[in-house]
Amino acid sequence: MAGANGVGKTSLLRMVCGLAPIESGEIFWNGTPIHAQADAYRQDLCYLGHLNALQESMTVYENLAFTAALSGMAPDAAQTKAVLAQFGVAGRDRQLVRHLSQGQKRRVALSRLALSQARLWVLDEPFVAMDEAGVRMLADLIAAHLTQGGLAVLTSHQQVDIGAIPAQLLELRA
Amino acid sequence: MKKLGLGSVLLAMLRREVSLALRQKGEVLTPLVFFVVIASLFPLGVGPESALLLRMAPGVLWVSALLAAMLSLQRLFATDYADGSLEQMALSSTPLGLLVLAKALSHFLLSGLPLVLMAPVLGLQFGLDGRALGILMLTLLLGTPTLSLIGSIGAALTLGVRGAGVLLSLLILPLYIPVLIFGAGAVEADAAGLGMGGHLSLLAALLVLSIFFAPLATTTALRISLE
Repeated sequence: MAGANGVGKTSLLRMVCGLAPIESGEIFWNGTPIHAQADAYRQDLCYLGHLNALQESMTVYENLAFTAALSGMAPDAAQTKAVLAQFGVAGRDRQLVRHLSQGQKRRVALSRLALSQARLWVLDEPFVAMDEAGVRMLADLIAAHLTQGGLAVLTSHQQVDIGAIPAQLLELRA
Repeated sequence: MKKLGLGSVLLAMLRREVSLALRQKGEVLTPLVFFVVIASLFPLGVGPESALLLRMAPGVLWVSALLAAMLSLQRLFATDYADGSLEQMALSSTPLGLLVLAKALSHFLLSGLPLVLMAPVLGLQFGLDGRALGILMLTLLLGTPTLSLIGSIGAALTLGVRGAGVLLSLLILPLYIPVLIFGAGAVEADAAGLGMGGHLSLLAALLVLSIFFAPLATTTALRISLE
């Protein structure tokens, strides 16, 4: 999803998640309106907004384990370590989030995607604050998710190549 | 990756809240010190007449406990709101009402329970006897969880509002009145030989009611704040 600043990309994503109220129209998931099956829909959903949802005074591992627990999963320490290494923040799992840089925090937040079992990813500006290698890695992760039958809705100001997978571009205009 | 049952999810929530609070020890100690200071100010203000102090003790201790329990309420959701964790909780497949219940329980464990344990020490200063101290503790044990639950509604309603602390007090202090009346009343009723059964039953009834209704109200308020 693309569009100028302030055109309503984030608002639309929050509506897709069911966080913001919809003025008119309806959002369907598997043929049923999302408000009619809120709990089942949330099981299929993984949302990453502008905020990283990381508690500064908890360690990276504690943060990841907690958000995984919210969706009913318990990742083991080895798995978390592997995912963090994949996201270029290897060996930071026992560190307090407060001691990470902005970019590293973003990487930790995004590593939730790899730990999530959700089919639908809703990502608000996932490529912001990422270096070139990070963008490449994230694009590959999204591509892998799509080839496994997953869905991703994301906003971005840059064109990112996700390979030969069909994608739809929605351009929002005021 | 293991699947977690509902109980384990709520336990994870509870453990997170408690370990977060223990890392900021001020959060646990401030209400407790506040409680001690306020309750100790009264004898200094009204004079050392022991009959008067004895008569006032249950009320004074209850009002102090109520104010102390309110101190840490504002932070119940504020940090989670600021860093986006609250969004993740709202989007969790675990019902938000149950997560709220776990949060309120953690608030009770961290700011209600220490007050219950500290109350007899302060009660002794006022000259309460052993039986009265026991009843005081019992009423606080039944009452402070209700304070946490009702308080969570106020904390959710004032989320992201400027001057939230004052607004929070104005909103929830009136709702605390029934708890205060039956909590402080139990000690006096027993001293007057009227029996405290009725008061305790009503406190327990308030607790059960708020366990049921407070998470519903809090959840609605949180979803509005997140819009």
